[in-house]
Amino acid sequence: MNNKREFDSSVTKQIDAWKKKFPKEKPESSIIMSLRFIQDHYGWLSDKHLDMLADYLDLAPIRVYEVASFYSMYHRKPVGKYVLGICGSISCMLRGSEPLLHHLETKLDIKLGDTTKDGLFTLKEVECLASCTKAPAMVVNGTQYVEDLTPESLDKLVDNLRQGEQL
Amino acid sequence: MKQNLVCYRTFEEKSPSSFETYKKFNGYTTWEKLLKGKMKPSEVIDAIKAAGLMGRGGAGFPTGLKMSFINRDKEGQKYLVCNSDESEPGTSKDRFIMQKNPHQLIEGMAIAAYTMGATVGYNYMRGEFMKEFESCEKALKEAKKAGLIGKNILGTGINFELINIIGAGAYIVGEETAMLESIEGKRAMPRFKPPFPANYGLYGKPTTVNNTESLASIPVILDKGAEWFKKLGTEKSGGTKIFSVSGHVAKPGVFEIPMGTPFKDLLELAGGMLDNRGCKAVIPGGSSMKIVPGKTMLKAEMSYEGMQSVGSAIGSGGVIVMDDRTCMVEALACVIKFYEDESCGQCTPCREGTNWLHQNLRDIIAGKGKIKDVDLLVEIAGKIEGKTICAFGEAVAWPVQSFIEHFRDEFEFYCKNGYSKVKGK
Repeated sequence: MNNKREFDSSVTKQIDAWKKKFPKEKPESSIIMSLRFIQDHYGWLSDKHLDMLADYLDLAPIRVYEVASFYSMYHRKPVGKYVLGICGSISCMLRGSEPLLHHLETKLDIKLGDTTKDGLFTLKEVECLASCTKAPAMVVNGTQYVEDLTPESLDKLVDNLRQGEQL
Repeated sequence: MKQNLVCYRTFEEKSPSSFETYKKFNGYTTWEKLLKGKMKPSEVIDAIKAAGLMGRGGAGFPTGLKMSFINRDKEGQKYLVCNSDESEPGTSKDRFIMQKNPHQLIEGMAIAAYTMGATVGYNYMRGEFMKEFESCEKALKEAKKAGLIGKNILGTGINFELINIIGAGAYIVGEETAMLESIEGKRAMPRFKPPFPANYGLYGKPTTVNNTESLASIPVILDKGAEWFKKLGTEKSGGTKIFSVSGHVAKPGVFEIPMGTPFKDLLELAGGMLDNRGCKAVIPGGSSMKIVPGKTMLKAEMSYEGMQSVGSAIGSGGVIVMDDRTCMVEALACVIKFYEDESCGQCTPCREGTNWLHQNLRDIIAGKGKIKDVDLLVEIAGKIEGKTICAFGEAVAWPVQSFIEHFRDEFEFYCKNGYSKVKGK
């Protein structure tokens, strides 16, 4: 396989800095965050990326694959520019997360798990975000919390993002 | 009622998370006392034991006792790990410590680490907590600049490196040995115990894992005295506890209040019931704990013994309130779906059982249930409980058993009629 391809230097710089958080002889400890750096840069994690990371950290590919397939924040398929993760756990459910999810499906004209044709939005249901007192809540692109959701606030958010506004 | 006396004590300040603000609260004075030899590690453990501090992450294990399991004089590397993976449904409390009072967590970690002879401490935050991570990094930078964290601290020859890290999405990381696996860069699958982390922890070295709220309580206990802390609470539940009240209340919120506070007072702090409806049921400590009927809760007090007396537990302090419009079958299905999604898949009873439970509940909701399914749910739960490597098995079984114990009629009605007793056709 062709391992000549290299990560962008901005990514390797992040990986190298993160590696310093762990003992020198434990490069595998930095897999979890390295995958995040790669995903943030390239949008998703392809097999090629995983092989390249294993190579970069000098680890067997399985060490990287088993991590990439376990944690829920990784995308192993291309996703939209904005990944909307609506919380479906009990505190949000009690405050109406389910109708909100259907509202978004209609608004975006996609089903849960799908990406809009323009490549702008992917809709996901996620588990408890620790935003229970500001339910219903969602997380955009993994780390941006949007809380106290209503159908109106969701419409506004989607419309704004469609018009090219930043989060 | 006095609020915000311990972990949230800086919250009313103008810039609650700053180094200067924390200094105003006697911040880092206990750490300096320890560094200068004016307080001994054994005194720290004695004080935490006397204060009655119990693990605030959910298990409620006595924190002082846990710290005493590490032999500080034994040669070799030891680790402290702070569990900031806050993921238990209904729980939203630790993130605010990291956002608004990170220095107290840093001091708590430094004290705990030194007491156990650990020179490295990891603070593991859940993957979504980028805001909290940045706040902790900023505070750490300030503490290092002040010479309070790092190598040869204040010229004493004592070292303590604190390292903030962040996960990638997995509830099970909150199980302490799963967290160690995750720091080692693996799938977060809980380990067999024994050996316990105190003997074989991170990278095989002696390690203690404590919850964020537990560690952030330590500087206040030592500064104000074990007696002061203990007396805030009850005889058996010392100190304060942070409760995040969610669900059908008028003003959901997070409240740090004395242990032993009556539930009805906590409910009042949260604005009372939403739309003045009746309080049907409450899960008092995160979704893994047993559900309690509302009328029982309204007479109970929020303490370890108070929650035990109503057949549940204080857990993580995630108080989930349900009003009389809630369909218990649908609520349980939502809780169980969570566990099905989050089972790490290592133990067969949990991996398969959570799936069966959810399928069974989905069938009932789809109108395909039979009366015997109600007993089947209890039976499956019983075959998961106690048969798994970690306590996730109990976390699945307890909601099933308690929902059906208290609301069996709703489950049977759904099976018999094919629609919800509460919501109607």
